[in-house]
Amino acid sequence: MARQEIKYLTAHKAEKRAKKYCRFKKMGIRYVDYKDAEFLKKFLNEQGKLLPRRITGNSLKFQRKVADAVKRARQMALLPYVTDLMK
Amino acid sequence: MAIPINPLTFAAPNQVRWPDSTLKNVVHWYHFKKQTGIMNNYELMVIFTPVLSDDDYTTIQKKYKDFIKENGGTIESENPWGLKSLAYPIQKKTTALYWVAEFRAESDLNEKLKIQFLRDDNVMRHMVVKLDKHAVEYTTRKRVGVKSSEPQNSEA
Repeated sequence: MARQEIKYLTAHKAEKRAKKYCRFKKMGIRYVDYKDAEFLKKFLNEQGKLLPRRITGNSLKFQRKVADAVKRARQMALLPYVTDLMK
Repeated sequence: MAIPINPLTFAAPNQVRWPDSTLKNVVHWYHFKKQTGIMNNYELMVIFTPVLSDDDYTTIQKKYKDFIKENGGTIESENPWGLKSLAYPIQKKTTALYWVAEFRAESDLNEKLKIQFLRDDNVMRHMVVKLDKHAVEYTTRKRVGVKSSEPQNSEA
């Protein structure tokens, strides 16, 4: 049987997804500021919950720092604890 | 046979008895720090009630700045944000006056400062954050950037 005649049951995914990266490491950011609420909103969903690492692609070190910063910002009423349609 | 290691002290159990010795170490470290007077960088953020007038806002800032100076601290920078809307209501108020300041002091100042804030009715929230070396670098760079950008805004 020739190579071309081989048929798979499910279609192969042709394109590879771009690899996720930690934007803090890439941009060289060493400190996550809790006062910058607009920046922290990138790591929250519409309800104001923290996005998981598998979506943001942050390294563990910076995901922790982001989480701490978000919690501080919530304490100081810069970010809401709960909302709908934040963006 | 591997010797079981205490995960808190990284020592074998026959060498170190845990609660006593570590507690002692903490106390020793505290006194050592007090003697040598290790200064740390801190960032203070206070939320005042929006009821304050402009004069009261400046005087209350001065009051806390003086308090820090009297207790052996130095003010590195300060940034009154002014009236800002809150993300959620605090004490049935939707806006508040923010004030951010950086200071350098010994660690025992924070407790004294906390008592002052809790006694004050005009303070709705307060927070003191210790700045590590990266944070200090970040804030100083930001401060310099803000200073250089301000004259450009006034010219335009």
